[in-house]
Parts: sequence; structure tokens; C-alpha cells
Amino acid sequence: MTEERSAVVVRDVRKSYGDLKAVDGVSFTVAEGEFFGILGPNGAGKTTTLEIVEGLRKPDSGEVRLLGESPWPRNVELLPRIGVQLQATAFFDKLTAKEQLQTFGALYGVSAGTAADMLELVGLADKANEQENKLSGGQRQRLSIACALVHDPDIVFLDEPTAALDPQARRNLWDVLRAIKERGKTIVYTTHYLDEAEILCDRVAIMDTGRILALDRPAVLVRGLDAPTHVTLQKGVLSVVDASALDGVDEAHEDEVSLTLSTRRPAPVLSALADRGALDGLQVRTATLEDVFLNLTGREYRA
Amino acid sequence: MTAFKTLSVAMLKGFVRDKVTLFFTFLFPLMFLVIFGLLLRDGGTDKTRIALVGDGPIAAALRDSGALELESYNDVDAAVRKVKDGDLPAALIIRGQQVDVRFAQSDQVQSATVLGIVNGFVDRANLAATGQPPTFTFAAEKVEDASLKPIQFLTPGILSWGVAVSAVFGSALTLVSWRRKQVLRRIRLAPISTASVLSSRILVSTGVALIQGATFIGIASLPVFGLQLSGQWWLAIPLLLLGTIAFFALGMLVGAFAKTEEAASAAANILVLPMAFLSGTFFPVDQAPAWLQTVSKIFPLRHMNDGMLDVLVRGKGIEALVVPGAVLAGFSLVVGFVASRVFKWEE
Repeated sequence: MTEERSAVVVRDVRKSYGDLKAVDGVSFTVAEGEFFGILGPNGAGKTTTLEIVEGLRKPDSGEVRLLGESPWPRNVELLPRIGVQLQATAFFDKLTAKEQLQTFGALYGVSAGTAADMLELVGLADKANEQENKLSGGQRQRLSIACALVHDPDIVFLDEPTAALDPQARRNLWDVLRAIKERGKTIVYTTHYLDEAEILCDRVAIMDTGRILALDRPAVLVRGLDAPTHVTLQKGVLSVVDASALDGVDEAHEDEVSLTLSTRRPAPVLSALADRGALDGLQVRTATLEDVFLNLTGREYRA
Repeated sequence: MTAFKTLSVAMLKGFVRDKVTLFFTFLFPLMFLVIFGLLLRDGGTDKTRIALVGDGPIAAALRDSGALELESYNDVDAAVRKVKDGDLPAALIIRGQQVDVRFAQSDQVQSATVLGIVNGFVDRANLAATGQPPTFTFAAEKVEDASLKPIQFLTPGILSWGVAVSAVFGSALTLVSWRRKQVLRRIRLAPISTASVLSSRILVSTGVALIQGATFIGIASLPVFGLQLSGQWWLAIPLLLLGTIAFFALGMLVGAFAKTEEAASAAANILVLPMAFLSGTFFPVDQAPAWLQTVSKIFPLRHMNDGMLDVLVRGKGIEALVVPGAVLAGFSLVVGFVASRVFKWEE
């Protein structure tokens, strides 16, 4: 990945508010067409980082390049090429979904017809004439993403688009995000849902207290943990003693409903269980990004 | 240009769909116009009413002249009781050639008026009785003076006030709400100049001001209120536009400091309401003490009011716009400049 092909380049960016180092030496690059996630708990510095990259804030030091240009000070040449969805859902007063899109489109010189087409992409075509404040939380989030995409930007920044949504609305939004990626956009987004980032992102940066602790593909981060796989069976299928004796099992323990085996070599364990016909209620849980976070910080992940 | 047009349309829609704003822009000032217009309809000073007992040539002459209103009583005691109770300032008692006046001494101005009028009629009757031609002659004629019927000063005053309120609130609340909802940040992230955004919002405000002008003047001209416009009423249009811009700038200044809509609305009220009372919105400012009249000259609303009065009802020409126009333009420039210095994109 050469830097000329990179959509976003961030080099050693720092930003302090008084004694608080909100962003403390952050560097990363995002390739064109990549879906890049910035993860971490509230207060990790995700939003400040994103705002510096978008050109809304000036970093104390360090360098940012978007498509080869500096976003600070306000770079009018660059603005049409980036789309930003802000954390608060920023809308004009008393306008319908369609009018919001047309008005935001007008800020970029986009025709009213093109703007209205965006409703289709985010699945709000049937809500075109509803006023924004009558929409549900998930619908407003989708509308605000549509407003960020209305001028067909190359890079899209989304700040916690799935925060405070119910599970169904979150999954609907994932489809929207995937559809945007299909269109070849570069997406940079922040979230505090690690499970979601694992599913959606090509690469993730895990942030805590203003620093990036790890940056890679989610699968690579998880594999690098060398964390055991947990195999859970229905209680009574196998005794704890028998289970402990199986090839590859590091540890076995039982509670009221299930028997759990820890292993670093799941393949022989699963085939041995299959040989014994002991697959009732089988569940396999591998490590997740939450385990990665736990491993990096030494504390449980709390969004 | 499309951006400017679309933004203006968007803001106009937002304005029209907001019932509360519509109320405070149109109905609220109209309420004042209607209430004061009806309350003060029989304005000017009323004729003095006195009691009358008995009749004769002097009573007839008084009645014909219309100088006093006469309320007839049959007996002297009833008439004098009216005076004692403070209901009437004086009682005129005529017994043949004898004319007596019993007056209340509490209101000396009114008593003097009554005594003067009655005395005048008695003297004239005496002179006529002698059959001599008068040595001195005396004639009186009416002159249109500077004092106005209430609706004539209420309409320009309430119009200026209504325009000022909606311009201040319009700009202050839009600015604060856009900052809070991060619409300002979105605009900053779009390749559009702040001048386009600002001018489209000002266009909406001036459009609203013109509609206010047409509505208020239209209603005040109804026969119940009876507003009489002077020949060059259209000179009010440039004044309306300048006034809107001046108060829009004031709203931007309020919006730069206020963090919430509630704070902005309180601050705007604190600025505009006293200004309205001291600038002749509800009563002519020339009835106020001299020092207050001087103080009120620092308010842009006072000058807007003066200009409106001059061109709408006093029949003055374009020269009447010079001072108000210069004050409003200067105010816009100074306040607008300060507002742009203290303007904040985010909280």
C-alpha cells in the first residue's frame, strides 16, 4: 500500500485540552475503498481523532492528508470529496426527509432529483415526505448518512452511526454501510461496538486514552491473541473427567447447564467429540475483539 | 445560485411550518394593534360634561356651540350631589336671569375651563342685550396639529416593533439552534460560502418583514380602526428592509453569546422590550419626559419608529428617511462587525 494510493494518511497527531491528552500520537493510513474502523470506549479519543481528520479541528502537532491534501485550514477544494456524518443528527428545522437531502445537496450544488434518489439507498423512499422529527432513531441515522453521501464523496466519515439504536435498526444500518462500500467508497467510522466492527471492517484501530493500541484486520488481531477456543456442550453428555482426558483439551469445567472445554487445538477436540456422538447443544466460541481489548488494556471492555 | 435559492426556500418552509414563530411574528403584534386600536379609538381629549338645572337662551347657546356637554337635572340638589361625588366637574344652575356655577375645586384646570366658557357666553348674551355692535371682534378656526389619532401612531410603532422582534428572534434562534444541532459544522464542511448562507437567511427575514408590513397596514386601514396613509407610504419599504437588517445583526450578536435557545430568547426580550416601550411603540414618545426622549435616541427602534411615522402618516418625503436610514445602516455595520468577531462555530 503506497501512500499515493492512500485515501487517508495520519501521522503522529496530537491534541490536548489542558492536561488531558485527548489524542496522543495517533498514526494510521486508510487505503482507497477500505472500510476502516476506529474502536474504543467512550472518551478514548475516537471522535477528536475523526474531527481532526475531517478538518474540523486543528491538531497541536502531526500531519493529516486526505487524498493527498491537508484538510486544515478549511480546504474548499477538498470538501466536495469528503462526506461527514456528525455525532449529533444535524438537520434543518421542520423539513421532510426529502427536503433535508435536497437542502444538504444544494450546499454542494447537487440537483434536487439526485438528492432525492439517495433515499432509496438508505431505504427511506417511503418516508420521503415525513418531517425529520417524526422519524425513528434508526431512520434519522440513515437519513443523516444519506445527507453525508448526497454529493457522492470519495471518503465518508461516520461518527458512531449505530450508537443508541436497537439491534434490528443496527442490522438494517449494517446493510446500508455495506451498500456504501459496494459503491467503492472509502469509509472511516467510529464505534464502541467491537462485535460490529469485527463484522464490518477491513481493518480496525483499537484506541484507548488517546492512543492506538492495535491496528490490523480483526481476524489477525484475534488470532494473534493465542486465546483458547471455548467449546460448550449440554451438561451430562460427557463427564468432566472424560472431557479433560480428550486430546487437545486444556481445561474442562461444568456448571448447572453446560460443560465447557478450553482448547488451543479445536480440530482434534471436535473430531473426538463427533466420534463419541457427543455433539448435543454444541457451541464454539472463539476469541473476539473484546478479548483483544482485555488483553491490551488488562481491563474488561465497557462500551 | 441554486444553493442560495434552495437554502432560502428551505428556511422559508421551516419558518412557515413553525406555528409558534408564526404566532409571534403576526398574531402577537396584531393583538396589540387591535387591542390598543379599539381601546383608544375615541382618542383625543373628551368634551367636558357638566350638570344643568333650568333652561334659557344661555343654555341653548351653550348647547348649540358644542363647547360643553350638558346633562339636565330637575333639581339643584341632585346636580350638586353629582359634583360632590366627583362624577361631574361642575353644575350650571339657571334661574331666569341668574346663572350660577357650582364647581368641584379638586380639578382646577377643568373648573377653569368650565368657568371660562360659561362666562364667555354670559358676556356675549349681555353684550347682545345692549344692542351695541362689538368694539373688538374675535374669530376661531381649526388647525391640523402634530398630534395624531391613536391608530396613526400605533400602526407605524407596532409595525417597527413587530419587524424588530421577528428579525432579532429569527436570527438569534436560528444561529443557536444550528450551533446546538451541529448544522453549522455541516455547513462549514460543505464548499459553500458563509455569505450565501447568511444572505439567504436575511432574504427570508426581509420577506417576512414586508409581509408583516402589508398585513398590519391592511388591518389598521379597516374602517373599525381607520388608519389614513399619507401619499408617500411606499417610502416605508426601504425603512423596513434597513430595520430588518439592523435587528438581524443584533440577533446575530445575541446568538453568538447565547448557548441555548431559552437564553437567546430571554436576552432578545431584554433588549427589545424596553426599547419598544421607550421608542414610542405603544404611545407617542413626545408625551414622555424630555430626558427620556433624549435617552430613547440611542435606540435604533426609536429612529425606525420616527421614520415610519413620518413617511406613513405624516406625509413627509424622502428627506425624512435620511436620519433613520443612516442610524439603522450604521447600527447594522457596527453590530454586524462585532457579531462576526465573536461568532462561534461550535459550543
